[in-house]
Amino acid sequence: MLIRLVVVVVLVLLLWLGTRRMKIIPTRAQVVVEFILGFVRNNIVVETLGEKDGKRFMSILMTIFFVTLGMNLTGVIPGLQIAGTSVIGLPLLMAVVAYVLFIYAGMRKYSWRFFKNALILPGVPKALTPFLALLEFLSTFILRPITLTLRLLMNMVAGHMLLLLCFSATEFFFFTVLANQGNPLGFLGIGTFAFGIAFTVLELFVAALQAYVITILAAIYIQMALADEH
Amino acid sequence: MLDTFAVRAAATPSLLFPAVPDLVWGTISFAIILVLFIWKVVPRLNSALDARRDAIEGGLKRAEEAQAGAQDALEHYNAQLAEGRAEAARIREQARDEARVIRAELIEQATADAARITANAKTAIESERQSALVSLRAEVGSLAIDLASGVIGESLNDDKRSTAIVDRFLADLEAADRAGEVGRSKAKA
Repeated sequence: MLIRLVVVVVLVLLLWLGTRRMKIIPTRAQVVVEFILGFVRNNIVVETLGEKDGKRFMSILMTIFFVTLGMNLTGVIPGLQIAGTSVIGLPLLMAVVAYVLFIYAGMRKYSWRFFKNALILPGVPKALTPFLALLEFLSTFILRPITLTLRLLMNMVAGHMLLLLCFSATEFFFFTVLANQGNPLGFLGIGTFAFGIAFTVLELFVAALQAYVITILAAIYIQMALADEH
Repeated sequence: MLDTFAVRAAATPSLLFPAVPDLVWGTISFAIILVLFIWKVVPRLNSALDARRDAIEGGLKRAEEAQAGAQDALEHYNAQLAEGRAEAARIREQARDEARVIRAELIEQATADAARITANAKTAIESERQSALVSLRAEVGSLAIDLASGVIGESLNDDKRSTAIVDRFLADLEAADRAGEVGRSKAKA
């Protein structure tokens, strides 16, 4: 729980200071902040939802991105070492937010017809309609939040497990096998340590990637809910 | 190693079922960041982007306006130049006319002056002639008296008488002269 607090404080500080004095001609720091914010704004939100709808959901989608990114990155930050998202709470929260968002977007635009549009596909033989509606219901309203949650959670858990495995093995080889037993097999620890470093770098990448994925999926779900009737 | 896993497993109660504090604090974190985004970050970002777009558009617009202004000024100056040229031509023409008038006036005045001077001279000559005539008459009179005195041997010094004689003589002379003149003019006619 302390990790979350740290992440929130750091995020608030960075975003607050980064956007405190936005100038027309940006400073270096502003360029960096603007690049990241602009990436989420343009490449994720506006590109998926368009300018108008993008504006409506900009804040919450950006929040999803930055909270996920921040919590993911704690997995590789020395001293924290465990991703805030490698416990199910946060991924579940993100999924619930995304779920509520796309249903809200659809309901807002089509009211109850949204569910009919989502479930009943045009041009399908009458006999198959209930069957397909059931499948659509499962995929849209049941599986989406579950996949969102589990994708993020498992990525982070797996990363954490891998790092834990590598570094535990390193410790085991160096201190138990090499130092205590004097067995040269302990030099294997060098290899496991190298793997640990490599996976740390990979985790950095995965942290950013998963933040991107969950945000763009939320945006796409909203876009599909807003899309014109089939 | 297995011990570590065991500890880890114990510390993480369940992978798939969230613990209540986990959910609560996660939600609070999310809410804080969300508020920050709605309140500050997104408006700031949008206003900065808008300001930049405005600055660029404004710059382009200003440049266009400046160009239009320059074009206007150029046309204005050209018009002024043409106007100035026309004005100069007009002034030149006017000056030429005035010069002509002045010259004519000068000539006229000179002519008048000349006429006046001629007339004055004539008057002066006439008066000179009159005075000469008068003095001549007096001289001629006295000479004639002297002569006549000499001839008749008698003094004609009695002024009153002599003057009367001379006057009569001259009057006769003038009458004769006038008659001659009339005769001459009649003959001329």
